[in-house]
Amino acid sequence: MSSKPKDKQLTKKLTGTAGFDPTRRSFIGAMAAAAGVTLAPGVMLYAISRSVPVNAKALDAEVSSAVRWGMLIDLGRCDNGCDDCVSACARENGLRGFDRPETDAQWIRKIEIRNPKTGNSKSLPVMCQHCEDPPCVDVCPTGASFKRADGIVLVNKHTCIGCRYCMMACPYKARSFVHEALEDQKTHAPRGKGTVESCTLCVHRIDNDQQPACVDACSDTGGGAMLFGDLNDPESEISKRVAMYATQQIRADLGLNPGIRYRNL
Amino acid sequence: MHLRRRCMILLAVILTGMVGANGVVLAEDDRSANNTLLPVIPMGQGDACVEDTGFMRRNHMELLKHQRDETVINGVRSEQYSLQECLSCHAVYGADDIPVTVASPRHFCRSCHDYAAVSIDCFQCHASRPEPGDMPADHPFRIASPGTASVNGAE
Repeated sequence: MSSKPKDKQLTKKLTGTAGFDPTRRSFIGAMAAAAGVTLAPGVMLYAISRSVPVNAKALDAEVSSAVRWGMLIDLGRCDNGCDDCVSACARENGLRGFDRPETDAQWIRKIEIRNPKTGNSKSLPVMCQHCEDPPCVDVCPTGASFKRADGIVLVNKHTCIGCRYCMMACPYKARSFVHEALEDQKTHAPRGKGTVESCTLCVHRIDNDQQPACVDACSDTGGGAMLFGDLNDPESEISKRVAMYATQQIRADLGLNPGIRYRNL
Repeated sequence: MHLRRRCMILLAVILTGMVGANGVVLAEDDRSANNTLLPVIPMGQGDACVEDTGFMRRNHMELLKHQRDETVINGVRSEQYSLQECLSCHAVYGADDIPVTVASPRHFCRSCHDYAAVSIDCFQCHASRPEPGDMPADHPFRIASPGTASVNGAE
């Protein structure tokens, strides 16, 4: 169909700002087309296979902007009391608290939102949303806060001076500052006093052909709510799913186009 | 006169100590016992380093710096010049058969940098020894840290 290349473009442009989005009309058209073809597999698509290769890149190759990593989190499957993603993240990256909840590093957290009028509440994991236009990158005075070619937003701690402008700029409160001298860090997750850090989307795992630790934990012991994949590849599970279902980005009104999308928000 | 002779003896003792320190190849373990000022450079594992020893002595920092930018910014995870690989080949084991951290003066990086009075901050963030998970399953380091090992494994 002629809408194929447009689909790809759309997947990239799904900003969720339905009211003002100029691409909305074509989006709806594409939705209808996609739904006709793909509705049949239905919910069973959630059986996410861990063996699906995440990354075709060789270890010594550079990342490319042909890929944009993203995540789709189905809140219909995210339990209120479950924090398996949070503990998996802490285990994977060696995050330890100092019993100071105000300042302890937190790369992913569970928050509960409640509609005061109806009492309806939802629990959702929030981490760095890996924006297409990240404000943390805009404000960084040294260029330490940067977006990798494949869409992952990172802090280069070699050049971070710990000024914390990025923490103020981030609308998602996704970043933490390391206040204490650390020891026994994980080899694959260097982190130290005086630098800012946040969810890396488990960049060391992605480069080694694995999914982020939270996604694995969610499908192993949690509700299987998290789906990780390449938003630029129209054949990827996540692209098909964001094309099929209505999904939202948090604070889509800011126009940052986060790579993390939510369903049933 | 008495005092002068004493001073001479003391000076002779000190001088003998210094010559001994510089002239003898020293055992790795008893650095303090030998009273030496020279760095003790532990042997790495395997046949050869990634480059010649002389080249590495002068340029290891450039290789590491280049590799760090390649890895962090471009996602290049080749192992040849990675800090992680340096640390696994050049791990120094303590009496308990567990690799020492940079807290020990025997640590590969530290032994030289102490001598050269070069203060490096790599290990404020980076782990200074290989992970227990990188060790064979029956290795004491791995057994001693079951929590860490299970994180690396499938669990």
